Amino acid sequence: MNPILEAPTLITWVGSVNWTVGFLTTVGIFAIVALALNLQWGYTGVFNFGVVAFFMVGAYTSSLLTLEPASEFEDYAFGLEWPIPVGWAAGALAAGVLALLVGLPTLRLRRDFLAIATIGVATILRSVVNSTEGLANRGAGLNGIPRFLDGLADGADYRWVMLGIVLVMLAFSYLVLQAATASPWGRVLRGIRDNEDTAMAAGKHTTVFRMQSFVLGGMMMGLAGAIFAHRQGAISPTGFSDLFGTFLVWTMLIVGGSGNNRGAVLGALAVGFFWFGTPLIQEDLPDFLGTRVFQLRELAIGALIIIFLLLRPGGLLEEQPRVSRFVPKPGRRPAVATAGHEEGGP
Amino acid sequence: MTADEAATAPAILRVDQLEKRFGGNRAVDGATFDVARGSITGLIGPNGAGKTTCFNCIAGALRPDGGRVVFDGRDVTGLPPYRVTALGMTRTFQIPQELGAMSVLENLMLAGLDQAGERLWESWFRPWRVAKQERDLAARAHELLALVDLEHLAYELAANLSGGQRKLLELARALMPRPTMVLLDEPSAGVNPTLAVKLADHIRDVRDELGVTFLLIAHDMDVVERLCETVVVMASGRVLTEGTPAEVFANTEVQDAYLGSQYR
Repeated sequence: MNPILEAPTLITWVGSVNWTVGFLTTVGIFAIVALALNLQWGYTGVFNFGVVAFFMVGAYTSSLLTLEPASEFEDYAFGLEWPIPVGWAAGALAAGVLALLVGLPTLRLRRDFLAIATIGVATILRSVVNSTEGLANRGAGLNGIPRFLDGLADGADYRWVMLGIVLVMLAFSYLVLQAATASPWGRVLRGIRDNEDTAMAAGKHTTVFRMQSFVLGGMMMGLAGAIFAHRQGAISPTGFSDLFGTFLVWTMLIVGGSGNNRGAVLGALAVGFFWFGTPLIQEDLPDFLGTRVFQLRELAIGALIIIFLLLRPGGLLEEQPRVSRFVPKPGRRPAVATAGHEEGGP
Repeated sequence: MTADEAATAPAILRVDQLEKRFGGNRAVDGATFDVARGSITGLIGPNGAGKTTCFNCIAGALRPDGGRVVFDGRDVTGLPPYRVTALGMTRTFQIPQELGAMSVLENLMLAGLDQAGERLWESWFRPWRVAKQERDLAARAHELLALVDLEHLAYELAANLSGGQRKLLELARALMPRPTMVLLDEPSAGVNPTLAVKLADHIRDVRDELGVTFLLIAHDMDVVERLCETVVVMASGRVLTEGTPAEVFANTEVQDAYLGSQYR
């Protein structure tokens, strides 16, 4: 083939591989957050509008614990150079503590109150980071956050390592949450979501279960935030906007299928492709659209939520009627029950 | 159990001067009555007499403003519903409160008490234990479904059940945790008459075989007459009178308050 024709194809090929690796890494992190929100909202009906707050706490906690001590030009606490996995665990733990603190006064209340409280927490958190001296370098943000398993690959090839790390963590999160929800525990959560009176009459201490779900979800969000920080290498409060960290995740869950863990992952992929893919077609769009593509995609996200809520409220992958993985499937009833049927007859 | 035995048996439930106000409305205004252990007791009265509010106060769904509820020798006044259930008293709702997005079978399995799988670490690290308990729960649920003739609908979504079938599911769910006492709020309303008769028989069977005590609100006087040894009549938040169905129906005060002139 003519080398002149071949060259641009090669660049495009390398470019699209690089883009795809980066895209999948980002989407993998978002998928963990979507899974966590699915636990809180999809299973339990807990209305968390401050997803980004838990994500941010995880990111900052892990960064501050693993960074080198602050230089004379910087102004942040800790800088303990802890191992990165310890930083991640601490990030998850810190986000769990935040969930506990927010949940204690609000989880007894109706769900709308929690929505307002959580959105407030996210705003307060950004202000605190922005304005507190000696905490997290204020608006300038944290830089030079170390990479995990840096020695495995050099330079640009590290992106493959990062993708691998994210996919492993996503698989871990999925398994943890799937095992937790496809069980009697998940059945109680769904009972609380659909009818709290019934759940209480069935002997369940609903506030405790709701708190467990909220805290576990918060920890997963914190873990995702921690992974995110070490991938970015630099974070600042402005990066953790409500749109990016909360509403995009909500869209992913609604599009993917609230109440279905696989749906949450699929939604992250689909909405992520939509969100991160639109800039790619910018040049091919007519000028009046191309120059506004970033504003338009925000508009389109809102439209997407409404379209799905109206036309396919269950999302792409709908919730399964069978909750606990231990429940025998139809046609494989336990022998005892057949005997019971005969005895129970008139 | 005969009516005489029921009258002399020790009370499993004592309701003493129970009060519940909604604003200025005294929905329950000093209701006092006992329910004998092992009895099937009816709670009747005209609409607005405070029967369901009384139930809600006993079961913990509402916190009473005054008075005491003693169940099985324990003061349960103001305890939350899940505590009351754990102590062995379950209830059904007048309007069935099934979980529509779940199968009928899992609606029942949810009601099993003290499940290992409801603890996170056990569902992660001891799945074999959870699996065994789930098999037992499913077997128990199938037995109860057979009892209320819903066995063929075990894997149906509860949302797809008819009104009468939902009533039956309520009853089965109330029996699931092996209670010592069950509060039934209009168990036969909306159930077809043939099934209602069968249901009454089942309730009596459960009482006879397992010794479960029933307190039931009913508007269907045939059901009350067929099933209840003792009847408590409420009007305007108070207990008007108690006695056997025959005594109560013969009481002119009751007839005036509730039954109407057709019984005169």
